[in-house]
Amino acid sequence: MEENVRNHPVRSAFGKLFKNKLATVCFFLLIIEIVLVILAPVIAPYGYDEADPSIKLRPGFWAQWTVSDDPESPRYSNNPKDFYEPGHLLGTDDLGRDVLSRLLYGGRVSLTVGFVSTLMGLSIGVVCGLLAAYYKRLDNIIMRVMDLLFAFPSILLAMLVIAMLGVNTFNTMLAISIWSVPSFARMVRGRALQVKEEDYIMATRSLGAKDSRILLHILKNCLPVIIVIATMRMATSIISISTLSYLGMGVTPPQPEWGGMIASAKSFMWERPSLIFVPGAAVMLTVICFNVLGDKLRDILDPSLKD
Amino acid sequence: MRRYVIKRIALMFLLLLGMSFIVFASLYIAPGDPATMVAGPSATEADIEIVRNSLGLDKPFLTQYLIYLKKLIHLDLGMSYSSRQPILNEILVRLPNTLNLACAAMILSVLVGIPAGILTALKKDTAVDNVVTTCSLVGISVPNFLLGTVLMYVFSVVLKWLPAGGMTHFFWTPVGFKEAILPAIALSTGTIASFTRIGRSAMLEVLQSDYIRTAKSKGLKQKAIIGVHALRNALIPLVTQFGTSFGGLLGGAIITEQVFVINGIGTYLIKGITNRDYPVVQSTVLVIAAMFIIINLLVDLLYCVIDPRIKYEE
Repeated sequence: MEENVRNHPVRSAFGKLFKNKLATVCFFLLIIEIVLVILAPVIAPYGYDEADPSIKLRPGFWAQWTVSDDPESPRYSNNPKDFYEPGHLLGTDDLGRDVLSRLLYGGRVSLTVGFVSTLMGLSIGVVCGLLAAYYKRLDNIIMRVMDLLFAFPSILLAMLVIAMLGVNTFNTMLAISIWSVPSFARMVRGRALQVKEEDYIMATRSLGAKDSRILLHILKNCLPVIIVIATMRMATSIISISTLSYLGMGVTPPQPEWGGMIASAKSFMWERPSLIFVPGAAVMLTVICFNVLGDKLRDILDPSLKD
Repeated sequence: MRRYVIKRIALMFLLLLGMSFIVFASLYIAPGDPATMVAGPSATEADIEIVRNSLGLDKPFLTQYLIYLKKLIHLDLGMSYSSRQPILNEILVRLPNTLNLACAAMILSVLVGIPAGILTALKKDTAVDNVVTTCSLVGISVPNFLLGTVLMYVFSVVLKWLPAGGMTHFFWTPVGFKEAILPAIALSTGTIASFTRIGRSAMLEVLQSDYIRTAKSKGLKQKAIIGVHALRNALIPLVTQFGTSFGGLLGGAIITEQVFVINGIGTYLIKGITNRDYPVVQSTVLVIAAMFIIINLLVDLLYCVIDPRIKYEE
C-alpha cells in the first residue's frame, strides 16, 4: 500500500518533470509569473489606470543606453520624449500610463481568465466524457454534440457566444471554456473506455459498488490525461483571451489585458514599438511555458496521446 | 465504399442542420429585440409591431426556425440590419479575399511544413531535429495577431520592403504575391507546426514498418526507399490534417484580416459583432463553418480513395 502511494503516476510525474531542464525552467518561470501577478497591487509601481499626460509614450530602461544627450554622440537626441523616465521601468503608453504596472495587472486578467475558462471547460468536458464512456445510451448523444461544437473552426464559436451575450470578461471566459469542452470530453471518453474494461473496475463492480463510486475510480485513472489536456488548454485559452481582447471582444478597457495592450499600441507602432513587444513577449513566454510543460507531461504521463 | 460515402454525406447534412440550429438559437436567446433594431430609432410602437409581424418574429420558436431553414435552403441568408443589403451578396463579395489569404497560407504550410516534418524524421535526434522541433513549438505558441503585428513592424514600417496591409489582388499575381507574404506567414505558423509534427511522426512510423525493411533488404537505394515507398505512405495522415487545418486557417483568417486590414468575411463578421447586426453574424459563422464541414467531407472521401484500407474499417 505504502509503495503504491509513492508511485502514484501524477506524483512521480513531477519528479520526472524536474529531470528535464527545459521543463523545470518553464515550471519555475510560470511560478514566478503567477506570484508576480498575484502581488501586482503590492509591487506594481502605479495603478493600471493611473495616467500622467506629461510623460506619454516614453521608452523603458533600455533608453539609458540607446539614447544620449551628448551632442557628439551618434545616438544624440534633443527630444525629451526619447528619454527614460525614472520610475517607469518599461516606459509609458499613449496616455502616460506605466507599462510595467499594466503588464502586471494585465497578466492577472490573462492568467485568471485562462485558468477559470480551462477549469470550466474541464469540469463540463470531463463529466460529459465520463458519462459518455460509462453509459452507452448517452454516448451517442453527448459525442455528437461534441462533434458539433468541434465543427466550428478555431475561435469562431467563442466569437458567436460573445456576439450574442455581449462583450465582457465573464462572457469571454464562458466563450473560451465552451471551446475547450469537446477536447476534454473526447480525450477523457477515450481513456475512460479503456479503464472501464480493466480488471480492477470489474472487481469493484462485482463487489457491488454504486455507479458513482465506479465513476470516481475511473476519473482517478483519467487524471493523467486530464492534467495533460488542461496544461495545453491553458496555453490555447491564453492565446484566445489575448486574441479576443485584441479584436475588442474580450476584456474591456480600461482593464488592461495583454492582447488589448497590443491592439491599442498598434497605432503608435512607429514611435514606440516596445509597447507591442513587451506585452507580446509576455504572451509568448507564458504560452511557450505552458506548451513545453504540456508536452513533457504528456511524454511522461501518457505517451499514447502523442499525435 | 458506396455505403461509406452515403453515410458520410448524411452525417454532413446532420452536422449542418445542428449547426444551423445552434446559430439560430443563439440569435433567439441574444438580448435585444431585432424588430426594434430593424425598425430604427424613430419608429413608434405600432411600427415595431408591423416589422415584427412582417419578419415573422411573433411566431413560435420552432416555426421561426423552420422558416429560417427554408430560407437557408434557398440560399437566402436574410438582410443586414445595418446596410439593408442581402447578406449573401455581401459575403460573396468578400469571400474571395478570405479564400485568397487562406489558400496562400495553406500553400505555404504545405511547402514548409511537410518537408520540415520529413527532414526531422530522417534526421531524428540530431541538431536539425531539435532546431525544427523548437521552431514548431514557437510556431504554435505565437498568437497570429502578434506575429502579424511584429512582421508588419519589421518588414513594412522599418524595412519598408512589403506593403503594410490590404490584399486586393490574388496571390499568384506579382502585386498580390507581395501583399500576401506577411499575412500568409502570420496565419500559417500554427499549420506549419502541426504539419511538421504529424509529418515527422508519420514518417517515423513508416520507416519502422515491415515493407520498408523489405525494400532495404532487397537492396534498394535510400533515395528510392524514401522517395517512392516511405513518402507516399507518410503523406496519408497529412491528408486528413489538411482538412482540419483548412478550417483552422479560415478561422484564423478572421484575425489576420483584422491585423492587415483585409476586407474579407472575417472583417465582415467583426463588423457585424460590433454593430450587433445578428443576421450578419449568424450567416458569416454559418458560411465559415459549412465550408469547414464540406472541406472535411471532401478530404475524408479523398482519404479513402488514397488509402483503400479505410473503407473496411467502417
